[in-house]
Amino acid sequence: MSKKIRLPETDDGAILFNVPFPADTKDLKQMSPIVIKQNYSIDYIHSFGQDSPFFAGLANGKLMGTRCNACSYTYATPKGHCMNCGNETEWIELPLQGRIHTFTVCEFGSEAFLKETPFILVLVEFDEADTLFLSRIVGLDPTKASLDWVGMKIKAQFKRNSKFKPTDVYFVPAD
Amino acid sequence: MSKVYMVSGGVSKFTKARPDKTFQAVVKEAYDYMAADLNGFDKSVIDNTVASYFSDHFTRQLMAGIMVQDYLGLCPLASRRIEAGGATGGMCFQSAWESVASGRSKCTLAYGFETMSHVNTWKGNEFIALASDVSFDYPVGGFYSGYYAMMVVRHMQEFGTTVEQMAAVSVKNHANALHNPYAQHQMEITIEDVRNAPMVAWPLTRLDICVMSDGAACVLLCDEETAFKLSDNPVLVSGVGCGTDAMRMADRPHGDVMLLPHESAADYKDLKYPGIHSFRAGRAASKKAYEMAGIESPREELDFIELHDAYTSSEIQTYEDMGLCKYGEGGPLAESGAAAVDGEIPVNPSGGLLACGHPVGATGLMQAVFAFWQLQGTIGKHFGDDTLQIKNAKRGAIHSHAGTGTYVTVSILEKGA
Ligand SMILES: [Zn+2]
Repeated sequence: MSKKIRLPETDDGAILFNVPFPADTKDLKQMSPIVIKQNYSIDYIHSFGQDSPFFAGLANGKLMGTRCNACSYTYATPKGHCMNCGNETEWIELPLQGRIHTFTVCEFGSEAFLKETPFILVLVEFDEADTLFLSRIVGLDPTKASLDWVGMKIKAQFKRNSKFKPTDVYFVPAD
Repeated sequence: MSKVYMVSGGVSKFTKARPDKTFQAVVKEAYDYMAADLNGFDKSVIDNTVASYFSDHFTRQLMAGIMVQDYLGLCPLASRRIEAGGATGGMCFQSAWESVASGRSKCTLAYGFETMSHVNTWKGNEFIALASDVSFDYPVGGFYSGYYAMMVVRHMQEFGTTVEQMAAVSVKNHANALHNPYAQHQMEITIEDVRNAPMVAWPLTRLDICVMSDGAACVLLCDEETAFKLSDNPVLVSGVGCGTDAMRMADRPHGDVMLLPHESAADYKDLKYPGIHSFRAGRAASKKAYEMAGIESPREELDFIELHDAYTSSEIQTYEDMGLCKYGEGGPLAESGAAAVDGEIPVNPSGGLLACGHPVGATGLMQAVFAFWQLQGTIGKHFGDDTLQIKNAKRGAIHSHAGTGTYVTVSILEKGA
């Protein structure tokens, strides 16, 4: 495959106030499509609901999971009720050390995160939990991605200024 | 329960953008093709419809389904909309099947579409990533290619799957599409081309990942009496199965494999299942569909499969979920040639999502249409080229898949007796 050379383009459009109109209406089908650009943005009010204490934990340098009192299944990403038996879970403090269960280096991303690329996503496993936790890791060279990273010991660090998002915690290699 | 037959189908050409028409008019193209493929079709035979589209964000139009319904001139017939992420089309097919099987309908039209070109690719990826937990997953860097990359890294770690085995899927599916005029990307490429394409999320390159599309597809399902009135060559839907799994990959269990008849617990002594390397929903859907259709050995008893290869890695994972091989053997199967058009079990003879594109609400119905043409033996007529016609195809499966494996449907289609 040969690569095309192109001038970079944006998707900006021009403001158009009127268009020519044919004298004969038979020609109208040729006048399609008219494409316009519309802004589409919203401020959305999101409640973390029963998961809120997790975010309070991050603001205080704690990683909070939940545990089912009935079957003791332990969630590294909190769930208010147990997926196995349906009982309400209790909050527990997770250790700040875990291992990389899997990872990827995102060279591209959704528009909201494009400017942060490349970033490394990890699913973290903990000895003390039955489920995993999605986070980012820093301190690894994104150009050196390798299966050797799987199983690596890592530790949690917290942002000083909480934004009340799951990215208030991130991981770094433990050694 | 009534027997349910597929009697006709139509697909619009899948393409990057269709600014020339609104979504209703693109569905009309697929509908007209479907209608024209039946002799003297009269729409008064339709008594029910099901609409399939995934994202209200992409259309920026709520209740888009009813706008298709009125454009097709089908008001005041019964209708509803199905939404199940990437599996929306497959779920719509099964919803239409239920309508007929229950006896509520004698003839149900399923129509699906998606118009993904109205935002740029990266905003489109953001819309799709909203199909992940917006409290815990999306804000960390919501990106489906990243999620699938993490799953295949675990598959590589667990089973030794290689990037070259994944690339073999891309080479196969893009080459198949050279003979499918409906496909968006028809390319003769090599394993090196796939690996040298820009890296998107390690280890997935741009050629490991399907593209966004605008497109539509229609399927007509009928009870036995109506089916043979409308067509002398209908196709029986002999099995339907559906499975689910937790939205967050982090929540997936690490337990025991849900076994198919060709497997035993001893095969998987040390395997924690599904973890994030396999799709439990895909296994559950396959198991149900096979039981209903009386299939014990899918690799031998199916003549072809159209499955949801949004990623090369997910085709390999799906070989295993669908029982074409044991868990861990999907990579070697991919490079063995067994899934080629002339192989032992052709997979994605149409080119799949990788080459055809993935206009979400249309995709699962597109698979049904291509499978239907295979079983009718009419690929040559519809593609203008019979290279992709599977010889003596009697039974095929279609597989539709959502999210990181949250909803999966499998349906079995058989040449009508
Ligand atoms: Zn429990």
